[in-house]
Amino acid sequence: MKRFGTPDFWSGLALAGLGTSIVAEAAQWEYLGQDGPGPGFFPLWYGIAMAVLSLGLVVSSVLRQPGVEDPIDWAKARRAFAAWLALVAAVAALELLGFLLAFAALVFFLVAVMYRRPPGVAAAVALASAAAFHGLFVLVLGVRLPTGMLGF
Amino acid sequence: MQGFAVALQPVNLLWCLLGVILGTVVGILPGLAPSGTIAMLLPLTFAMNPAAAMIMLAGIYYGAKYGGSTTAILLNVPGESASVVTCLDGHQMARKGRAGPALGIAAIASFIAGTVGVLGLMLVAPPLARMALAFSSPEYFALMALGLAMVVLLAGRSMVKALLAMLVGLWISSIGTDPFSTTSRFIFGQLELLSGVDFVIAAIGLFAIGEVLACMEARGQGQLLPVPRGLRNLLPSVRDLKDCRFAFANGSVIGFLIGVLPGAGSTVASFISYGVEKAVSRRRDEFGQGVVEGVAAPEAANNSETGGALVPLLTLGIPGSATTAILLAALVLWGFKPGPLFISDNPALFWGLVASMYIGNAMLLVLNLPLVPLFAQVLRAPAHVLYPLVFGLSMVGVYSVSGSLFDLGLLAGFGLLGYLMRKLDYPAAPLILGLVLGGAMERALRQSLMMSEGSLSILATRPISAVMLSLALLILLIPLFNKANAWRLRALEQNDG
Repeated sequence: MKRFGTPDFWSGLALAGLGTSIVAEAAQWEYLGQDGPGPGFFPLWYGIAMAVLSLGLVVSSVLRQPGVEDPIDWAKARRAFAAWLALVAAVAALELLGFLLAFAALVFFLVAVMYRRPPGVAAAVALASAAAFHGLFVLVLGVRLPTGMLGF
Repeated sequence: MQGFAVALQPVNLLWCLLGVILGTVVGILPGLAPSGTIAMLLPLTFAMNPAAAMIMLAGIYYGAKYGGSTTAILLNVPGESASVVTCLDGHQMARKGRAGPALGIAAIASFIAGTVGVLGLMLVAPPLARMALAFSSPEYFALMALGLAMVVLLAGRSMVKALLAMLVGLWISSIGTDPFSTTSRFIFGQLELLSGVDFVIAAIGLFAIGEVLACMEARGQGQLLPVPRGLRNLLPSVRDLKDCRFAFANGSVIGFLIGVLPGAGSTVASFISYGVEKAVSRRRDEFGQGVVEGVAAPEAANNSETGGALVPLLTLGIPGSATTAILLAALVLWGFKPGPLFISDNPALFWGLVASMYIGNAMLLVLNLPLVPLFAQVLRAPAHVLYPLVFGLSMVGVYSVSGSLFDLGLLAGFGLLGYLMRKLDYPAAPLILGLVLGGAMERALRQSLMMSEGSLSILATRPISAVMLSLALLILLIPLFNKANAWRLRALEQNDG
């Protein structure tokens, strides 16, 4: 019984696409020159290997008996994606807000929204974390962290 | 004895202590590399006695190796590049409530292997350095291929997925400017990618951020990881020490020998040592799930590599890494000439340094072992405190390397990739292996083919590279033989049935 749409099927397909695009890019560069292999040499070979192996994964996932593969619980992934988006937003806000404010906001979101702690607790953790990072890295270790429009 | 006379002077003991403490702190904090710390302190050492300065700077170098395992075990954040391998089993031990034994074994393995490395430096430096000169591009390519073959031992449930992860790592290592032709490859129009993707960004993203995202699927109310209770669980047991006997030996020897080769690096040594330990272990199926040998072997290799790396530096004047390059610069600035005559011309400095490394290793063990129960208490922090801390440490770690906001974006990208790899059951270690070895392997292969004017036979006709490549091929083929054997036995059983 054939099965399409399993995680191995889609991930294999994505990697086959990546492998094919690597081969296509590598074909535009020099493969072998006067001085030896060119910039296209190595990528061509590992691109081909990637495309072949991933197509093999796609085929084996289609031919595999149903129930052999553990199902993936994508419902739980919503929380992980939310946390990831919060991290992306904090990184995007670094230039505007600086590290201290952006990091404090990230911590507040994680504690208050993801872990449903009272706002007071979330604010305390956020402030304490930002202060600790500033104290240790900026003041003690002299590491330069991003500063925002407010100068810190 | 002359060396100990120098090293045991009170002022040199103090500098040694300062160096190892600084090194430990640098090793614990991700993104703070010992090379940067040594470079920052170099101007301050001009007013110092050269022996004292060298003792302190060397203390930072090997002290960082001790510290790197702490965050790897507790938080799955590699404190420095070679600690990535320690994450594989070290953090899993912490998840099982064995953070104390993991930290303790890391400290003990570091001490034993560090001592072996110093012994090696003392006894075999000159002849070993001459042998290292026999290593050229074909031998380096073969060594990298041997390292990549270890993917077989990092595969987990699916060999195909492990190989695919490794190939993705090779692709990421190609991003940037080709060193031979200055062609820009796979930069997608982003100028920030011209210098490539830093290993630290990928490692912290895949391991630390990816792990935190996976853990955030559940809204845990209690503590993050089980906190070790009772002294028995805070330090390694006698059984643990017995189980690690071979790991100590394997890591020490492999780490030292690979350290002697300029440019090979402690990450390669850690991976190979881990792979060898897994291959010979009776419980190889448990590797990656929290076995103590999986911590001992890479930590031993990581620390023994320090002694090995000083061999080409001091006897040939060839630095093998960024850190040893800065140490070389320091020696030259002080008026010394590292090379074949260094030991005979400067016996007090050389033997004082060697003796201080013995003392420094002992200091690190004495400092780190009692701190193990303290470090393990980090696990008492609830999830809503610890996970943001890991995010913060990761961001600071990456930003402190390059000062680039683009790299923080890459960190987030690798974090998502690490999470998806976990969901889809793709192992992350082979990707890191491909990323670490890909660039060096490509350079070595292209240089080899330039030497031979395009003929691959150069790899087979040179004995050292031929042996290593044969070994790599054997390692890759063994799982296939095992699988074919298993099919044959199953078919025989069905026929009999």
